[in-house]
Amino acid sequence: MWEYTDKVKEYFTEPRNVGEVEDPDGVGEVGSLACGDALKLTFKLDDQGKIEDARFQTFGCASAIASSSALTEMVKGMTLEEAEKVTNKDIAEFLGGLPKEKMHCSVMGEEALQAAIRNYKGLEPLPMEEGEVICQCFGVTDKEIQKVATTNDLHTVEEITNYTKAGGGCGECHEQIQAILDELWENAPRPVEVKPAPEKKPLTNIQKMKLIEETLEREVRPALKADGGDIELIDIDGNRVLVSLRGRCSSCAASEATLGQFVQTKLREFVTDDLTVEEVKP
Amino acid sequence: MSHQHVVYMDNNATTQVAPEVVAAMLPYFGELYGNPSSMHAFGGQVAAKVDQARQQVADLLGASPEEIVFTACGTESDNTAIMSALASQPDKRHIVTTRVEHPAVLNTCEGLASQGYEVTFLKVDRQGNLDLEALAEAVREDTALVSIMWANNETGVIFPVEDIAEICAAKGVLFHTDAVQAVGKLPINLGASAISMLAMSGHKLHAPKGIGILYIKKGTPFVPFVKGGHQEHGRRAGTENVPYIIGLGAACELAGRHLEEENTRVKGLRDRLEQGLLAVEATMVNGDPDRRLPNTSSVSFEYVEGESILLHMSDLGICASSGSACTSGSLEPSHVLRAMGVPFTAAHGSIRFSLSIYNTDQDVDHVLEHMPDIIAKLRIMSPFWQRYQKEECVTPGYVVP
Ligand SMILES: Cc1ncc(COP(=O)(O)O)c(C=O)c1O
Repeated sequence: MWEYTDKVKEYFTEPRNVGEVEDPDGVGEVGSLACGDALKLTFKLDDQGKIEDARFQTFGCASAIASSSALTEMVKGMTLEEAEKVTNKDIAEFLGGLPKEKMHCSVMGEEALQAAIRNYKGLEPLPMEEGEVICQCFGVTDKEIQKVATTNDLHTVEEITNYTKAGGGCGECHEQIQAILDELWENAPRPVEVKPAPEKKPLTNIQKMKLIEETLEREVRPALKADGGDIELIDIDGNRVLVSLRGRCSSCAASEATLGQFVQTKLREFVTDDLTVEEVKP
Repeated sequence: MSHQHVVYMDNNATTQVAPEVVAAMLPYFGELYGNPSSMHAFGGQVAAKVDQARQQVADLLGASPEEIVFTACGTESDNTAIMSALASQPDKRHIVTTRVEHPAVLNTCEGLASQGYEVTFLKVDRQGNLDLEALAEAVREDTALVSIMWANNETGVIFPVEDIAEICAAKGVLFHTDAVQAVGKLPINLGASAISMLAMSGHKLHAPKGIGILYIKKGTPFVPFVKGGHQEHGRRAGTENVPYIIGLGAACELAGRHLEEENTRVKGLRDRLEQGLLAVEATMVNGDPDRRLPNTSSVSFEYVEGESILLHMSDLGICASSGSACTSGSLEPSHVLRAMGVPFTAAHGSIRFSLSIYNTDQDVDHVLEHMPDIIAKLRIMSPFWQRYQKEECVTPGYVVP
């Protein structure tokens, strides 16, 4: 059972503003049946341009319903400029917090609000065309991932999954999500305190070779084998690690990506971060 | 909440420990604390009770006591069966199982697949049934084990494991069945079957959690999974969990006596509940209605989401489960419903009711009184329900199996 706050429970059992506004000025629809949650938000403006009424219809779990209802309460009385600034964090805070696995419910609220405002302005619901779909299972784009990561200071794939569902299906996009995060945070270093890297003594060649072999064996091979492939260490030349791929991996179009990102990330993590991986074709 | 009357219809998750079982166990937490392996009479009297429990379990299963090994749970029994089949036939590296197994088997097999074993995961059809011809074709010379559950925990769908065991025996291949949900609900006579190994768990039949058994047919090659001392004739090391073993024995005896009631009165309650729920618009039953456990009903309320339903039920003291994404602990609906190709509209709104002999007519009345309101309340909120009502197309979107 989830640990919901009293406020979440209250907004779930006695949701406020269920339904549709008559003659709405803005309509935002996000989510889908396939994804397991969906939200339709409608609002109406008064003569001063403030949100006079907002209503919701939600298909989803308790926290999705509570987030939607909370959102409608929050935006009433706001100007559109104010409403545009409402983020998923505000929704979660309003509810006294959400379980981390349920943060995507608050993100759905933010996205519906943005879509409804765009609809009012005569724009397309969601700027999907601006991004590239990264998670095929849940249809999440790189733009959405970047936005949520920035707003909520997210650094891991797991956090992204909790907030957007991206990566929560087949899992094939994990590397891509990691790459987006790497790129995002490389330019903007972690705001949280950075631990000074422990001083590392340079490895001797023998130590390095042994570590590379161990890492391939422990971290890389099982993952490749799961996909019916395998990896073989051909040679180590300074910091260049030459490997060959066998089985399904070698014929797979993702081969380069597999190597470049996955093997190299692992070797850099467990050996030293100046290694580069190259594939040798048989 | 705590003072509210609880209507418990989640017996496939776990069951109430029968008062008779508690009573049978109590002395072994107290004055009768001896070790059954000891040489003195103080321990010996306990060993006699363990033997009696073994006999009680064997009687329920139509087995002989030497074929019963006590374990710590159903999961351990499943793991033991699979690992033993591999360890005792090192040159065979192929396993056949299904896509709808409990994680105890499914995750174990997936783990083996990533270690280089080959695993065939058989499909099921829309009703949750297996294609026995496909199964027979999947079994090969190098198949170490076929592991197929007797009854599914989510839908209650029963697989014809006795027939499957014959197919395997004819090909000289070991057959294991996870019968955790079947024991106590279906008549079982292992003496007359070709099943090589069978797993059961105490807490699904009114014994406590944390006790199970593995049945190993005489003549089946066996390598222990938990290694150490000589307990259980060297087949499962570790000092016996005496009170729980005695509890399981008592529970098996009770289950034998209640088997008919399960298949008459409890089944009647289930059927009345199900019929009543189907009166709610846009609901459906998941799984072959004719080949099901007598106590289980998986009902989908379309266009609403399972967790929301469960929480409203919980407020009324009604306990059940769901196969929805939000409750499956992942972001996708249950693997069983997905394997069956249940449409998304229904998978997310699936509720599993599982009854026991402790359920009453009043329980069913209570659920039937409140469920329509809960569903209606959530449907008013659901954008898809609004569209369905306006007869707009709501693409069901079948879950890709
Ligand atoms: C079909 C099935 N197999 C295995 C298990 C696992 O049993 P246990 O909880 O005793 O490990 C369960 C129940 O959780 C089950 O329903």
